[in-house]
Amino acid sequence: MYQYTETDQTLVDERVAQFKRQTEQYLKGELTEDQFRALRLRNGLYVQTHAPLLRVAGPYGLLNSKQVRKLAHIARHYDKNYCHFTTRQNIQFNWPKLEAVPDILAELASVQMHAIQTSGNCMRNTTTDHLAGVCVDEIEDPRPYCEIIRQWTTLHPEFDYLPRKFKIAVSGALHDRAATQFHDIGLHLVKNDAGEIGFRVLVGGGLGRTPIIGQVIKPFLEKKHLLSYLEAILRIYNLFGRRDNKYKARIKILVKELGLGHFSDRVEKEWLLLRDANELSAERIEEMKLEFTPPAYDLNAANDTSFEAHKAANKAFSTWVDHNTAVHKVPGYKAVFLSLKAPDSPPGDMTDTQLDAAADLADQYSFGEVRVTHRQNLILADIKQADLFALWQQLDALKLATPNIGTATDMICCPGLDFCSLANAGSIGIAKEINEALDDMDYIHDIGDIKINMSGCMNGCAHQSVGHIGILGVDKKGAEWYQITLGGSSENAAAIGERLGPSVAKDQITKAITDILDVYIKNRLEGESFLDMVNRVGITPFKEQVYAIS
Amino acid sequence: MQLVKNKEIINDTWRYVDEESELGEGDITVSLARWKGDRQDLFNHKGKVGLRLIPSDGVDGIVDDLEHIQLVELDFTDFSDGRLFSHAWLLRSRYGYLNEIRAIGHYIPDQVFYLSRVGVNAFLPAKSSDLPFVLANLNDFTVKYQNSVN
Repeated sequence: MYQYTETDQTLVDERVAQFKRQTEQYLKGELTEDQFRALRLRNGLYVQTHAPLLRVAGPYGLLNSKQVRKLAHIARHYDKNYCHFTTRQNIQFNWPKLEAVPDILAELASVQMHAIQTSGNCMRNTTTDHLAGVCVDEIEDPRPYCEIIRQWTTLHPEFDYLPRKFKIAVSGALHDRAATQFHDIGLHLVKNDAGEIGFRVLVGGGLGRTPIIGQVIKPFLEKKHLLSYLEAILRIYNLFGRRDNKYKARIKILVKELGLGHFSDRVEKEWLLLRDANELSAERIEEMKLEFTPPAYDLNAANDTSFEAHKAANKAFSTWVDHNTAVHKVPGYKAVFLSLKAPDSPPGDMTDTQLDAAADLADQYSFGEVRVTHRQNLILADIKQADLFALWQQLDALKLATPNIGTATDMICCPGLDFCSLANAGSIGIAKEINEALDDMDYIHDIGDIKINMSGCMNGCAHQSVGHIGILGVDKKGAEWYQITLGGSSENAAAIGERLGPSVAKDQITKAITDILDVYIKNRLEGESFLDMVNRVGITPFKEQVYAIS
Repeated sequence: MQLVKNKEIINDTWRYVDEESELGEGDITVSLARWKGDRQDLFNHKGKVGLRLIPSDGVDGIVDDLEHIQLVELDFTDFSDGRLFSHAWLLRSRYGYLNEIRAIGHYIPDQVFYLSRVGVNAFLPAKSSDLPFVLANLNDFTVKYQNSVN
């Protein structure tokens, strides 16, 4: 895992000092609301329905145990004993006091963390595959490139006042777990015919109000050109992106309005002027790779026999292994998901006690590292199979072992009307209601792989348009209604969900979801997943059931 | 008026001439439209001449004239419009412009560090009481991650 150099530490310390001054100036009336708004957003600070919301960067989802303990400390001392993990691998605190935020940022800086550019119209936290470095289908570990991009995007003097927010995701595996097709720039490590590894570059993807699948602008970009190519895209966007209407200001609209061909021509022309003077040296890449070398794995880990014995003897453990662990590239190891989707807890939330305990477990079993997934769960990436049973027992006691990863109750959910000033409708309450309706774990496992994503407004923070089932809260004359889409996906075969029909009332949404799941159970072919069935039969059978007149 | 130039407070000697007014004498700046319209008069002007750019102006069209331009003013109509940051970078890095680039208008003192990094070397604050903030904020950071002009 990357460790801060003196430069990194100085930068975050100076940023804390800068924001402390800005907050003081604002409180003294020396900065206007608009001015302070732009500055605080660039430090992760929103002003929300009840209190400010502070979004802390989880750099490409990677945290060490010391950082996790710091999050617990902040939750305990500055918030209401919990925090929330987001779809962009970040961490949110819902109840900090504005005056205390500079102190919180100083606490974060003490463990090599920050909240820089986690909101505002600037380049945001770079995200990646939560199984980077441990998955079996990896072409190359994307994290060294993520860190190089993190540094390049941080306090970039030219691109901090963009037309709109800008998000970059990197994937290094065959299977795209980083939703690179739905980012302003998606980078996918690929091998060309000559066997060299470079980047396939996608541009203009995005979710939100106008979901668009990104298009390939460069099928193969040599690694040494990574930063010059990003710079060229950003400069063209900064100069030509629309600034007259914030709903049309994302790069996806520029790409759409110009057409990929024209957009690409402009980028290419700009890039050719920059390219040769801005190469990323092979030495820099190699140095960065050294920051992400594999930990000291036990080469005899696979010789353990207790794991199979526990599985055979304990059904609950075996079920948990089936659902909440992922295959690891090293024999005898597994990546373990900590489910933050326990039935009685808001999706993605974690208490200070759980955070501290997870940090201890990371130290004890997983080389002191924790990862955040973009489906709002955590991962301990390097668990020996011999340790799985003991780990499971402890996670179970912490309510972090609900065996529902990838299932109907592993919902992505935004804070919704409960916390967010943009929301039109509640989402946490609906998630709870759906959870209660799906209280039979065998039924949930029978449904199998399904992604339900629910956002409380069309800004789409919970990526509803790429949910296999998407739920979108809308306001109808002051009442909360919900629009349903089916068939979305952010993986390799990316798709935007199709609208099922008119929105349904709040007291009908849970029944609509259970109806949809029933239609699937009754009509699926042997071994057919929910998404595959929707793709085979279309939305009609679901529509007929949901809108049937009873 | 006073401004900060090359990290020192100096008196302003420049005057902006709007579309309707006579060029007059002394050091003057004009809009891009006027520059294009009155190019020859400006070349013959007694005194220095400069150009005032707003975010929607491109810099590509004035590249051939840069040797005649002693000052480029970047006029922030809105501090959140970041195009002027790219204009400054282009002028310095791509077109080798060496004379003064000055931020004016509705930028905020908290942006001067970034502006100085993309090549802006003079700052006319909205109010003279901002002068010390501009000077102080130029030193917000002692480290940087990317190449730029500075």
